Amino acid sequence: MKRLLLLTTLALLPLFVSAADDPGYTLRLKDHRYQPSVLHIPANTRIRLEVINQDASPEEFESSDFPAEKIVMPNSRMSLFIGPFKPGRYGFYGDFHQPTAQGSLIVE
Amino acid sequence: MWAVALLVFREVLEAALIVSVVAAATRGVAKRGLYIGSGIALGATGAVLVAWSAGLLAAAFSGIGQELFNAGILLAAVLMIGWHVLWMSSHGRELGRQMQAMGSAVLNGVSSLWLLLAVVALAVLREGSEIVLFLYGMRAGGAGHLWSGLSIGVVAGAAFGFALYAGLLRIPMRHFFRATNVMLVLLAAGLASTAARYLIQADLLPALGQPLWDSAWLLGNGSLPGQTAHILIGYDARPAGMQLVFYACTLAALWVGANLAHDDVRPPRVSASAAAHADQEH
Repeated sequence: MKRLLLLTTLALLPLFVSAADDPGYTLRLKDHRYQPSVLHIPANTRIRLEVINQDASPEEFESSDFPAEKIVMPNSRMSLFIGPFKPGRYGFYGDFHQPTAQGSLIVE
Repeated sequence: MWAVALLVFREVLEAALIVSVVAAATRGVAKRGLYIGSGIALGATGAVLVAWSAGLLAAAFSGIGQELFNAGILLAAVLMIGWHVLWMSSHGRELGRQMQAMGSAVLNGVSSLWLLLAVVALAVLREGSEIVLFLYGMRAGGAGHLWSGLSIGVVAGAAFGFALYAGLLRIPMRHFFRATNVMLVLLAAGLASTAARYLIQADLLPALGQPLWDSAWLLGNGSLPGQTAHILIGYDARPAGMQLVFYACTLAALWVGANLAHDDVRPPRVSASAAAHADQEH
């Protein structure tokens, strides 16, 4: 039952892959701060978010308001997909430098 | 130092709570300490290796290596816990009776012990690799007091784990394995929900409503009780719909499976006292 479920899920995975044309946004990390720290994005849209780390130490882009937990290595970049969101404010942070690395998405 | 201690504490807490539930669920099993200790040691070694190859992992599978890796680890843990739960549903009653008869005497032959060793190792590996990466970054940034921060975090996290374990041991033996089984099921469902998060952010699955609800005003994800509830029962203050699908499917699969396993293997009534005891339970 359990395995059957997992296999079905895995078999269905490709059906959901539809990445290419989602709008993209970029966040930069410098001195353990997000730039911009407030990002305006449209509601009900799947978004590709690129995070560029310009610091010399790794950071983890993370949120407790939406599924996001991804490490970005020093002087490199990564991207992940977020949304579609209902309108509202959603916080995110850098797990490794929480005192400074704070930001939020304004979905409207 | 306190920033380091806090992060280490949060990561250790996650692993420690999982280890505690596993430790309680294997109560009375011969050489259990050795298994759990080996699981922790294996996980810690793996954590260093994973952190060391973090760059490779980040670049793998056109950038979704991290997500596949994490979701894979979590789903593997779900399967292993699931297997143990099903095994316990057919044998747990006998175990409970034997242990009642023998006090805290040692039991042999729990076939799924290896699986739980792996669950412990995977939990430690996942949280540990974050600690290693974090400390590496801190050291590169010239931060001081890393060792004291690390020690405080590890000790505090482990203390919470021990507290949970001590609390679980107070459950009466008659209900003990049923209780630990329920805890393992909820733990597995929560891990499946976390796996869904990774698959959503990799765009392998749709979010299906985000957030599905918002209970952050009641119990926030970032708070200590919120985080504890997140590990133990898979609580999420602002979940995506797909997380709930994973959670519910795991619960349903294990519930159905446990009932089937229970019907297949009727525990033999070995003695009059055991039979009398079973009758009281009904």
